[in-house]
Amino acid sequence: MKVLVCIKQVPDMESRFKPNGGGVWYDEADLAYRINEYDEYAVEQAVQLKEQLGDAPDVTVLSIGPDRVGEALKKSLAMGCDRAVHIQDPAAALKDPWQIASIIANFAADKGFDLIFTGLQSQDRGSAQVGVTVAEILGLPCATTLVGFAYDNGTVTARRELEGGIKGVVKMKTPAVVTCQLGLNTPRYPTLPNIMKSKKKEFLVFPVADLLKEQELTATDALYHPAKKGGGIVLEGDVNDMADKLIGILKEKTAVVR
Amino acid sequence: MKTLLVCEYREGKLLDSSYELLAFAEKLSADKALVLIGSEAEAPRVAAKVYLADVGKYGEYNPDLHKKIVLEAVQRENPDYIVFVHSSYGWDLAPRVAAALKVGQVSEIVGINDGKFEVTLCNAKLRRTVVPRTPRAVLTIQAGAFSYAGTPGTPQLEGLDPADAASALEFVGYEPAEKKEIDLTRAEIIVSAGRGVGKKDNIPVIAALAKALGGELGASRPVVDAGWVEHSHQVGTTGQTVSPKLYVACGISGAIQHLAGMKKSDFIVAINKDKDAPIGEVADVLVVADVLQFVPVLTEKVSRQ
Ligand SMILES: Cc1cc2nc3c(=O)[nH]c(=O)nc-3n(C[C@H](O)[C@H](O)[C@H](O)COP(=O)(O)OP(=O)(O)OC[C@H]3O[C@@H](n4cnc5c(N)ncnc54)[C@H](O)[C@@H]3O)c2cc1C
Ligand SMILES: Nc1ncnc2c1ncn2[C@@H]1O[C@H](COP(=O)(O)O)[C@@H](O)[C@H]1O
Repeated sequence: MKVLVCIKQVPDMESRFKPNGGGVWYDEADLAYRINEYDEYAVEQAVQLKEQLGDAPDVTVLSIGPDRVGEALKKSLAMGCDRAVHIQDPAAALKDPWQIASIIANFAADKGFDLIFTGLQSQDRGSAQVGVTVAEILGLPCATTLVGFAYDNGTVTARRELEGGIKGVVKMKTPAVVTCQLGLNTPRYPTLPNIMKSKKKEFLVFPVADLLKEQELTATDALYHPAKKGGGIVLEGDVNDMADKLIGILKEKTAVVR
Repeated sequence: MKTLLVCEYREGKLLDSSYELLAFAEKLSADKALVLIGSEAEAPRVAAKVYLADVGKYGEYNPDLHKKIVLEAVQRENPDYIVFVHSSYGWDLAPRVAAALKVGQVSEIVGINDGKFEVTLCNAKLRRTVVPRTPRAVLTIQAGAFSYAGTPGTPQLEGLDPADAASALEFVGYEPAEKKEIDLTRAEIIVSAGRGVGKKDNIPVIAALAKALGGELGASRPVVDAGWVEHSHQVGTTGQTVSPKLYVACGISGAIQHLAGMKKSDFIVAINKDKDAPIGEVADVLVVADVLQFVPVLTEKVSRQ
């Protein structure tokens, strides 16, 4: 059995963002990067499947991006993936979801993956398109927003999260694509021995030009900070002073603190 | 300009969010036709053409079949934009339709800016405008971003019945939402813990403030997913929607799905070390501080009142 996991590296959302010189993306200098949260669940689920099936599945983890995405791939290897594929693309951030999906689909086309795991969405751009589009290009069934995954003998049972806490259960036969929602599982921390072992795993690098055959279908026109509309009070400084001030405000403005 | 609006139907009912599509089309000043895989009784009350396919035949959730139906409506209607709500139904189906037509998709639109589509990124810290490069495009709109105030009318129904109803997906059924142990919707004061609280062992610090204020403990999703607090305390689109007199968000960034559950609170206090956190947009008071330093001090002072 062959499994592919697609991961994106995204900046820490607690960062301070500013538009870059080009005006259609943010400045990447000084940002700390990590694996897209949704994709950590994808990696974990693939590794759990490997454990369930007695190590039989061969798990490839793939990321498109500049050099720095190597870190995210290494972490995934340390979590238990077998092989990393880095599709080297310094300009990945400027590609639209269609192009990203087409690159992944081109890579996967002749590899015979039985299952492809992606995240529901990326935290920076959040289009929630790439996974489903990969499935469409490859002509595979796809279930999105998984909070439950089970595999048995060529059939995937997926629990999809719907609004208001309801779940929808679907079944499909492999080969198939699934997109992972937050809370699907508990992503593991790589242990030191596994980090050491992962250093010997296969790490392949391909230039994006080999796999990119498509033009973009959407483009960013401008990127900017939202207009500040929050007219709230901001308290900064000493915790004691702030607590006194806050209690004063609550007494004045709400009936709940007297 | 013409829009084809794809309505949502679940457990025998048209979802209200379908009307948000109409609001969006009006904001675009576009003509509208709708498509619904549902029942005649639940057709949207609007004076417009509604393409109707029988849910009995095509199922409530079956993206393979729903794609075919939407594509047939596209062929008949020839729209410029095919619009979905960015929901578990819309984000699942929209890219399939876009890929089949090989047209661009713009996801989770929050506004229209000079004819371009405005979307947020990086937890709403940034925005961008996006333009499709294709003459036709698929769009999804953020749930709650467009509200409808149109007058009800009578739909003109037109049946859709694609012959091929084979699908690679089998819909097994729904699982109901977990029973809520705690009804946060009645609470007058809620103090919620977010990921910024750091670890499970710190939850009592937040719970102590809730107790001192005479309120209930709430939580953001990651705190629930990690098992620090149980699910019945979760606030947000996949938790409870609350509107207490006072909501205190401790170490919560203010993602749209969390805001959707609490922004109607009468008074909102946020405690966050990041001054730019999007929760600041809805907070009446933003305390820029480390929760673990600030909250115990506040609790102590409140208890002494
Ligand atoms: C379909 C869908 C449904 C969802 N439903 C929900 C839902 O119902 N409810 C929900 O909450 N989320 C929901 N989410 C998840 C949501 O998108 C966010 O991921 C989540 O709300 C983030 O929670 P958080 O603010 O606690 O964590 P983060 O976004 O990680 O924010 C942590 C915050 O804590 C601050 N912080 C860190 N350390 C400290 C410190 N020591 N002192 C003070 N501040 C600190 C940081 O600055 C940051 O702002 C949903 C997502 C999807 C896709
Ligand atoms: N540059 C990338 N490299 C690998 N996988 C990606 C990349 N961008 C997106 N993905 C995958 O597609 C999912 C959805 O991304 P998006 O459509 O951008 O919201 C992510 O969770 C990843 O699994």
